[in-house]
Order: sequence, then structure tokens, then C-alpha cells
Amino acid sequence: MDLSSINPVLLLASLIVAATPILVAAIGELVVERAGVLNLGVEGMMITGAICGFAVAVETGSPALGFLAAAAGGAALSGLFAALTQFALANQVASGLALTLFGLGLSSLMGQGYVGVKPPATPRLDIPLLGDIPVLGRVVFGHDLVVYLGLALVVVVWAWLKFTRAGLVLRAVGENHDAAHALGYKVVRLRLLAIGFGGACAGLGGAYISLVRVPQWTEGMTAGAGWIALALVVFASWKPGRVLLGAWLFGGVTVLQLNLQAAGIAIPVEYLSMSPYLITILVLVIMSADRSRAPASLGRIFHASG
Amino acid sequence: MTTTLLEIEGLTKGYPGVVANDDVSFSIREGEVHALLGENGAGKSTLVKMIYGLVRPDAGQMHLQGSPYRPAEPRAARAAGVAMVFQHFSLFEALSVAENVALGMETAPPQRQLAARIREVSETYGLPLDPFRTVGDLSAGERQRVEIVRCLLQEPRLLIMDEPTSVLTPQEVDILFQTLRKLAAEGVAILYISHKLDEIRALCDHATILRQGRNVGTCVPRETSARGMAEMMVGSAFAAPEGRGRAAGEVALDVSGLSLASPRAFGTPLRNIHFTVRAGEILGIGGVAGNGQDELLAALSGELASPPGAVRLAGVPVGASGPAARRRAGLLAAPEERLGHAAAPDMSLTENALLTGAQREGLLSRGFVRWGAARSFARRVIDAFDVRTPGPDTAARALSGGNLQKFVIGREVLQRPTVLVANQPTWGVDAAAAAAIRQALLDLAAQGAAVVCISQDLDELMQVSDRFCALNEGRLSDIRPASEMSVEEIGLMMGGAHGMEVAHV
Repeated sequence: MDLSSINPVLLLASLIVAATPILVAAIGELVVERAGVLNLGVEGMMITGAICGFAVAVETGSPALGFLAAAAGGAALSGLFAALTQFALANQVASGLALTLFGLGLSSLMGQGYVGVKPPATPRLDIPLLGDIPVLGRVVFGHDLVVYLGLALVVVVWAWLKFTRAGLVLRAVGENHDAAHALGYKVVRLRLLAIGFGGACAGLGGAYISLVRVPQWTEGMTAGAGWIALALVVFASWKPGRVLLGAWLFGGVTVLQLNLQAAGIAIPVEYLSMSPYLITILVLVIMSADRSRAPASLGRIFHASG
Repeated sequence: MTTTLLEIEGLTKGYPGVVANDDVSFSIREGEVHALLGENGAGKSTLVKMIYGLVRPDAGQMHLQGSPYRPAEPRAARAAGVAMVFQHFSLFEALSVAENVALGMETAPPQRQLAARIREVSETYGLPLDPFRTVGDLSAGERQRVEIVRCLLQEPRLLIMDEPTSVLTPQEVDILFQTLRKLAAEGVAILYISHKLDEIRALCDHATILRQGRNVGTCVPRETSARGMAEMMVGSAFAAPEGRGRAAGEVALDVSGLSLASPRAFGTPLRNIHFTVRAGEILGIGGVAGNGQDELLAALSGELASPPGAVRLAGVPVGASGPAARRRAGLLAAPEERLGHAAAPDMSLTENALLTGAQREGLLSRGFVRWGAARSFARRVIDAFDVRTPGPDTAARALSGGNLQKFVIGREVLQRPTVLVANQPTWGVDAAAAAAIRQALLDLAAQGAAVVCISQDLDELMQVSDRFCALNEGRLSDIRPASEMSVEEIGLMMGGAHGMEVAHV
């Protein structure tokens, strides 16, 4: 066992990279759930985004176009969920689970020609001066654009929910859709937009796995990241700041346990592999013991009655 | 002031299978308090929803100040100066007062400015409010203030109030009425929906009475007796419940030192409750809903366990036993909220009868359901309580409020309880069904059962109870003989005006 082989600077830098997919997917799902919709299809939308992004990036040679296609693919799949739950008034839990299964199947069909292909590299942002600061430069300023986009999303979503009127209306719809309808707000339209946003975010998160983290295409490569994102939203008490914290914690423990495995620590690999899930959920459960609670209309079907 | 503000001509709205409004016409003048009277299901709510732009009429016209008025959505209605206070609060519990108010306005000023305006308006009209409190922590009376202040900030010309007093203490009602009169004096027209006739006689200038979607007459409430209006609403005369003067027997239910935390997030804990009820006696427990009524019912029915000695049934401690054991011992309960708590909405009446009657009526045999016996028990309830329904296989949800409530109460009464606890037995029930339910409670007591009636309807409590007390913030007041009490005193027992004051305008 040789713990000195673990470089803390690299660890922190890769923590941020490891956290990005679930962070982006979770922040999208947070908006969806604050609007009162429970979309359990995050995993399916992520993997669909992963293959859409991968395929487009390979065909065009442009990772940026790939990420755009990933967002579009995720949003398109979420459109299916939206049609089922908002117009056909189907059960949200069942529809979400079906969406995940459908997404997994669809992605492996779409990805048949892409196994073993190498995607174009996503460039790191090279910020002169800032990137040269020792330690901090590598940890904070040495990443690709999507990482910063994810962080910006957290701040924007937080501020949008807290300070804007549209954010207030979204929270109101999630809290009591009947009352919001009675006041004349367009519940279904707002939820469609929220679901689409959540889908786009999940697709983006998925593409980050296939284009940057891994980077290659294998079937089922999201490996439960969507479920972690879902759990993160709940245990973060639907607060953007806590989602960020949870995602970093999860990413941190993931990277650390991989390093520990490589260093040959005398703990069975299985325990190390389960540790990120265990620790993240444990910490967030303890944190969510305060008074905060779920949006009151979460998962309930809205039917505008006369 | 004689200018007509709103004129309605031939408004008609049909839903599949029912005509909610059929050719309704009336008009409201500026500064007038106009009552809209009718039973549940008479079409009052549909009518005001059309005025507020939530529902579009199939036929008919409306004119607001002489020009055609046809709001496509509530936003348009609000822009035209029509505001509405809803029967079931349209509030968001997890949001603050200021956020709730902002949601009801077209262009909300920044929070700080809005908070100042809320303080200003709420104090002018004697409805003090803290803009930054979370609505979920407010009492029912305070929540209504939020709704009213939200409307007042829009400076409405027509204010629609849908059953505003059902959750208020008499003192709060007085203050609300003074606020409304003040508004009317300023020229605001008020459309006041209620089925509480005394209130309408005290407040309103004119009344339009709806029955089965039709306008069946108008009257000047001050010059019409409450009974006369009730008969116009129902369309026939009905018997008022009677039957008093029973001899009280042994103590049947003894509650002492009952303190319990509420299981719900915004619930009220019970604080050291003592009372006894004798066989053949009805104890009325008044109070505004949300002051521990649901928790008290749960503690008595066995849904919430308490220390064994806190609840005694004929001297036997039952505080720690569950609902099934208490039912076996003769303590039955009829909770509030017909759809969800007292009955399972999507199950048939037979299944619902089975749910509480299985043990005492012997509807089970070695763990198997005796469907024949269950169906005949349901049929007995339907026959004995005149429940209007196609039959025992109808889903509970399909019954009207009054009929389902008769079924729920009848189901317990027919199981011959030694103690029956009923919470809000006639809430949202039409006058004829309410009279039948009250009569059933009186008859049950006359047969020697002890009855605890938890209600926020003071007339009901005065009618049925032998002794009276009130539940306020989880505490029980002193128990007094009902015949000695005035409405004024009862109001004070219920917690008075909860810090409201008279308008200063």
C-alpha cells in the first residue's frame, strides 16, 4: 500500500470532473421537481444524451455540437414523458421508470456502430495566468467549458428560483397546482418547460460521461448516475447549493476510492466501490433532518377541472 | 349609489350529465353587498368561477359597468377589477405571506416595497399580518386575511367571497363584516356566497337564491326570515332536529391528562385535556378547525396511541390500544373529511361498510369476507339513513357530500356504539342532510350512548349538545351546560378574535 502515490491536487481536479455529470442532471431534475413533477427517467435521458452527444461529436468532429445534440436528445426523450404525464395524465412514477428502460434500450440500439470508436477530445479551457497559479490553477481553472456551465447552472437556478417572478410562479405550481391554476397560471405549460429543461440537463450530463469522463461508448455506461442524481435532489432537500455539495461529495469519494483501490489498500474492493453511494446518502440524510420538505404537489396529477 | 356594476343575463353552463347553471340572471350595484344563496351543488361556485374567468359560460352575457365583460382567464378578470377570495384557500403553504400576495398580483413590486404595502393595507382594515411569515404556520383566520389583503391590494371594484366565514370564530366574523361594510361604503360591490342564513341577514342588502342551477328568487335578507330563505334554498320544508332532556347515566368515556404531539408538520399538539362523557349525553366540542380537532379525534379513535390511563372507556384504560380494540370495546369514531379519512373514495359502499363494521357486525369469518353480510349491512345503512344512491355497489366518491356523510355517520350509529366520536359531522352538507345527521346523533344519545360531537358549527353545537366546551390551540376550555351559554361567550371560549381588530378607515 502506498498512499503517497495519491496526488491531492489531481484528486481535487478530478473530483470536479467526476461530479459534473450528476451535478448537471440533478440541477435539471431539481427544477422539474420544484415544479411538482417527479421524473424518474433521469437515467434514461442521461444515457440517451450520452449516445446522441457521442454520435454527433464523432460524425461532425465537434464536441460542442455533440453536447448540443445531447441536450436536444435528452429534451426530446423528456417530451415523451411530458406527453404521457401532462396530457394523457399517466402516473408519473410508472412513466418515469418506463422512460429509463426505454432510454437504455434506445441508446444501445443507436450506439451499435459506435462501440470502440474514439470521440474527438473536448478541449480544456486554457486560461492564461489564472491557469498558471500553483495548485489552484490546476484545480479550479483547468477544466473544459461544461464544468463551468454546470457550476453556473447551480448559481443561475438558485437565483432564478429565489429572486425572479417566474421562479416564484414555478415554486407556487409545485407547491399547490390547484391554487396556481385558480390564480390563472398556466400549470401545464410551465411544467412542460420544466420537464424539457430537466431532460436537456440530463442529456448534457450523460454526454459529459461519454465525451469527457470515460471517453468512449459502452452500453449502459451511465451505470446508475441518473439514480444518484435523483437521490441527490431529494436528500439535498430541493436546494441547489446542497445539490452542488452532494455532487462534489459523491465525486470526491468516487475518485478517492478509485485512488485507494489503485494504491492497494487492504479493504475489499466491493466496500470501496459502494462507499460513494453510502457516504453521500448518509451525509445528505443527516443534513435533510431540518424542517425543509418536498414540494407539496410533487408527483400528483394535475387535472384542470372547470 | 344606484349605478349597476355587474349585470348577468341568462348565464348557462353545462357539464356532461349536469347543468350547473341554467339561465341565471341578476345584477349587482356599486357599494352593494349581494348574497348568493344555495345548497351545495346548487351552482354557486360555477357561477362565480364564470365571473372570475375560470370557467367559460356556454351561453349568456355579462356586462361590467355597461360594457360587455367576457373574461378569458382570471388575469383578465383581475384587470377589470374583479377579485375573489376562495372557499378552499388558494394559498401556498411553503411560501411566505408576501410571496403569496405577489402571486395574486399582475405586476408585483419588489418584496420589500410589497411588504410595506401589505403592512399598510392590513392595518388599515384591521387585519394585521407579518409579510415574512410562512403561510403554513398561520391559523385559518390569518390565512384568510392573506387572501383578503391580496384582493384589496388590487383595489377591486367587485369582491367575490366564497364561504368566507366557515373557518372563523364569531369575533373574527364580526371583524370581517366590519371590513366588508367599510369596503362597501367605499363603493366596492361584494358578492357574498354562503349558506349561513344569519350571516346573510346581518350583512347583505340583496340575496339571489340558486337551486339546482336556476335562479329561484331574490329577496331582501333583512326582511325575510332565516327559515323562509332556507325553504327557498331547499325547495321544501324540513324538520328541525329535536329531542333533549335525557337522564345522564354512568361515565362512559373518561379522558384525563391527555397530551400528545401532532403527527403532522403543521398540526397542533394536544395539551393536557380532561373531560368525561356520561351515557346518554352529548358533549359538544367547538373551536375553529386546526386547533387540535383532528388530533383529538385520532387520540380517541385509537389512530394515535396515548398513555393507557389517559383514555378510559367505562373505567377500563384503552389509551394504548389501537382502533380495532377500541371498536370491539364499543368506542367508535366518524372522522372529518369524508373522502379520504372516513371513507375510501374509490371503494364501494359495501367495502366501506366493511372497513369499520367488520368486527362488530361479524362480517368476517376465519379471515374471509362474508360479502353477503357486508352488502346487507351497507343496505341497512342506506335504508335507515335515507342515503340517495343507486345501491351498495356504488363508489363512495360518486355520492354527494350530504349523502356520503349520512352513510358515514349511519355506518357507525348502526353498530350500536357505547361511545361515538364524530368530527365535523355536517361540514359542507346541505341543510336537510345536516338536520337528519343531527337527529341521528340525538337519537343515539337517547338510546343511552355517549356522544362526543366535535364541530365548528355553533348552531349545530347549540342544537345537539348537553354540555359544551371549546378546543383552542390544543387546549380544552372549561365545560359548561350548553343551555346557559350565549354565542358571544362561546366565541370567547373559541379563542376570541385571534388578535384581529376593527378597521380604522
